[in-house]
Amino acid sequence: MADKSATPLLDIRNLSVQFNTDSGVVHAVNNLNLSLQKGKALGFVGETGAGKTTTALAVLHLIQSPPGKITSGEILFDGQDILKMTESERQDIRGDKIAMIFQDPMTSLNPIMTVEEQIVEMISLHSDMKGETALKRAHDMLNLVGIRPERGKEFPHQFSGGMRQRVGIAIALACRPSLLIADEPTTALDVTIQAQVIDLIKSLQEKVNTSLLLITHDLGIVAEICDDVAIMYAGHLVEYSDIRQLYGHPMHPYTQGLFNAVPNLNSEPGGRLAVIQGLMPDPTDLPKGCSFSPRCPYAKEICHEKPCGMVEYAPNHFVDCYFPLGVKGGQNHE
Amino acid sequence: MNDRTQATDALLDIRGLKKYFKVSRGLLHAVDNVSLTIPRGRTLGLVGESGCGKSTLGRVVIGLIEATAGEVFFNGKDVLKFTSQERSEFRKHAQIVFQDPFSSLNPRMSVYQLIAEPLLINKVYSSNQQVSEKVKELMDTVGLAERLITSFPHELDGGRRQRIGVARALALNPEFIVLDEPVSALDVCIQAQVLNLLADLKEQRGYTYLFISHNLSVVRYVSDEVAVMYLGQVVERASNRILFEDPLHPYTQALLSAVPVVDLDNRRERIILEGDVPSPINPAPGCRFAPRCRYRQEICLNQDPVHREITPGHFVSCHFAGALRDSRAR
Amino acid sequence: MAAKSNSLWKYTLIRLRRNYLAIFGFVVLLILIFVAIFAEQVAPFGYAEQDYMMIRKPPSEAHLLGTDEFGRDILSRLIFGSRVSLQVGLVAVSISLFAGGAIGAIAGYYGGRIDNILMRIMDVQLAIPTILLAIVISAALGPGLFNLMVAVGITSIPRFARLMRASVLSIKGMEFIEAARAMGASHTRIILMYILPNCMAPLIVQSTLSVANAILFAATLSFLGLGIQPPFPEWGGMLSAARPYLRNSAYMSIFPGLAIMITILALNFLGDGLRDALDPKQKR
Repeated sequence: MADKSATPLLDIRNLSVQFNTDSGVVHAVNNLNLSLQKGKALGFVGETGAGKTTTALAVLHLIQSPPGKITSGEILFDGQDILKMTESERQDIRGDKIAMIFQDPMTSLNPIMTVEEQIVEMISLHSDMKGETALKRAHDMLNLVGIRPERGKEFPHQFSGGMRQRVGIAIALACRPSLLIADEPTTALDVTIQAQVIDLIKSLQEKVNTSLLLITHDLGIVAEICDDVAIMYAGHLVEYSDIRQLYGHPMHPYTQGLFNAVPNLNSEPGGRLAVIQGLMPDPTDLPKGCSFSPRCPYAKEICHEKPCGMVEYAPNHFVDCYFPLGVKGGQNHE
Repeated sequence: MNDRTQATDALLDIRGLKKYFKVSRGLLHAVDNVSLTIPRGRTLGLVGESGCGKSTLGRVVIGLIEATAGEVFFNGKDVLKFTSQERSEFRKHAQIVFQDPFSSLNPRMSVYQLIAEPLLINKVYSSNQQVSEKVKELMDTVGLAERLITSFPHELDGGRRQRIGVARALALNPEFIVLDEPVSALDVCIQAQVLNLLADLKEQRGYTYLFISHNLSVVRYVSDEVAVMYLGQVVERASNRILFEDPLHPYTQALLSAVPVVDLDNRRERIILEGDVPSPINPAPGCRFAPRCRYRQEICLNQDPVHREITPGHFVSCHFAGALRDSRAR
Repeated sequence: MAAKSNSLWKYTLIRLRRNYLAIFGFVVLLILIFVAIFAEQVAPFGYAEQDYMMIRKPPSEAHLLGTDEFGRDILSRLIFGSRVSLQVGLVAVSISLFAGGAIGAIAGYYGGRIDNILMRIMDVQLAIPTILLAIVISAALGPGLFNLMVAVGITSIPRFARLMRASVLSIKGMEFIEAARAMGASHTRIILMYILPNCMAPLIVQSTLSVANAILFAATLSFLGLGIQPPFPEWGGMLSAARPYLRNSAYMSIFPGLAIMITILALNFLGDGLRDALDPKQKR
């Protein structure tokens, strides 16, 4: 995928993840192919249950097994397959090369450690820095995220939601990881605080020279800070391209549906939103053909029979659809 | 539209409403001197971030929480002074839909029981047969398949659960519905379905809505009039179009600029507010927004601003209202 | 999606069935109940039937578990004794559950002064050692099965009250309670139809464990000479009577002891299994 000249920083190939539950086998991620180039920001978009968080956890190999299981695929980080590493090799990578920011700033911090202690912990796990040097670095991180270093001695509950998320960012970036995974980092925050945090992530990404995998359901945030975007549905990747291309010419009917369903600040009030009928399919009972076909207004017979697979319909624009919108030869014109 | 008189077309007239909570550190000003009116058949969008008091306001208006001071006139009668009998009657006119479609439904009750509850509690019908028919009719109205009538909330997705919440609110045939973040917990596609449902109902039956949300795009979509709240006070109120095209209060301007926009070519320059939302406990005198306002002056920190009508129908609480037009707004 | 609906109880049953220890516990309980109901038919001898020729005889073909110091068949006495144990268990726990549950529900729901007063009363009772309390109540009420049940029942009230109160407090804050109030539901209706059904889980688990506790208590009290009077058999009483003969006729102690142990164990397994099955945090 994407630019074939450079080795991608993260290259997910044919990843499939399953969960064994009481109601059956949940196919959370199905044959996912995704890559992220160094220094870029990729927006990973989808609704609840699409499999985004599962993918992120798979990259860090943090999926609880049982009941989860990675049934196929490779996850190449800087050329090395994470799935084939030993656990101690992975522990070295986690935090040091790949770091993660979680959605809920309330529960992702340790309530009984001070903020600077938590940053220092991250630093000392992955480097030789100890004592004063580590503490100094922790204070540098706090400065970087806009928190006064004196506040380092306070506990998480003494901070507001936005501040806690900044602390989370400071911890994640403490070791200058090459890849930062942010899982819905601003969903739990107010709009104005969200704006602060998104800007912070963007500026730090450039400053620290980290690549970013941003998981979200919000197309607006992706437009703000990402270079490329991947749309996920029912465990499959359905569309991938760079921002301009995808936002300007969405090709997959689901992507188009997403854009239509979002009320826009600039749009006219009133009227009705164009709605995609139905719901995401039951992950224990996915359709035989294209997973979107039961809801797709343009579905043809072949769509129900066999999934299409990602096809490059335009330069660096991949769509998993036989009849993408706006493409001649596909029969669906906008 | 002049809505400061007790016009007969104002279904809801809130005057000087206050709700304070006693906490260990002092007095929490959840709702502080709010005055709003909602004309019959219209939607007032109430917007603000967490802690601004919008949910508390909704609950006071519906009678779930007692007010500390002020009046809420519904059809000319003060809700806050109702006897329990009058309150019973009031419930048939005003209902509420909650935010979280999971925790707002009793997990031990089936869809039938959940929707039938208001009918049974208020003894609307005399026979079970009539109740059953009404429940089925309501399910049809909100788009719930009849076969789900024996299902339980945990078997259904968020969108369906929220429809149950709406059906339940409609059971008593109210005229006025408070919608407290009704789609915030829902995915984008389901959100669109529920918003369409609410719009259809309003059009067909002439409901009046108080639509509470922190999501400005949604509020832009559904409201006729919009009020912005900050720390318990209404800082700006105007018709939908005017508020979004010509916001006068610095907070509203910042709020609007903070919303991530999907349109790549129409980027707004971001106004970044410094600091965090201050505490609503024992607020200091002066404009509550002043500490974070980039235009603040001496007077802002000392004197409370007055909620004034700048242009017809456009109210702002700011000492410099009218002078601070956002030059970057469209 | 099928129209067949599954209430939360069904999922509980599914999970419970997978727990072998819990099933063992359940089966033992069933056997006990059966034996207790049909004691007259199942027991080879009457519980007071004395055979002077067979005093303190060890287990044999005629008397499978031997005889006691009065020539009575131990197996039969154990079987009739199960009736007492179960009755005490069930009735005592019912008293604790309803009284304690009511106190906890009222305290939790209404809060404020009522909560304070009720909970302080519970605290006072908890400050008194339970065995001492049971002895005192039992002695005050006098001998007899019913008084035994009341004594044991009273000692467990605070535990149930606390459990119920905690559950009520956590449910009380949920939005569906607000929704019910918005519809005009009365306090009674809310407590009965909204709060109680959602608080059942911890109470069910506690009840199972309390039955075990009650049986042990009854045995203790009988051991001390309170409660059931001879000749009516009770496992604890049988243990007590066997004390002088421990050296030569150890079986007289072992079998009642085993009966108590197996019953308590079975109930504990069942209770633990129920607690795990009812835990909503388990991955479904």
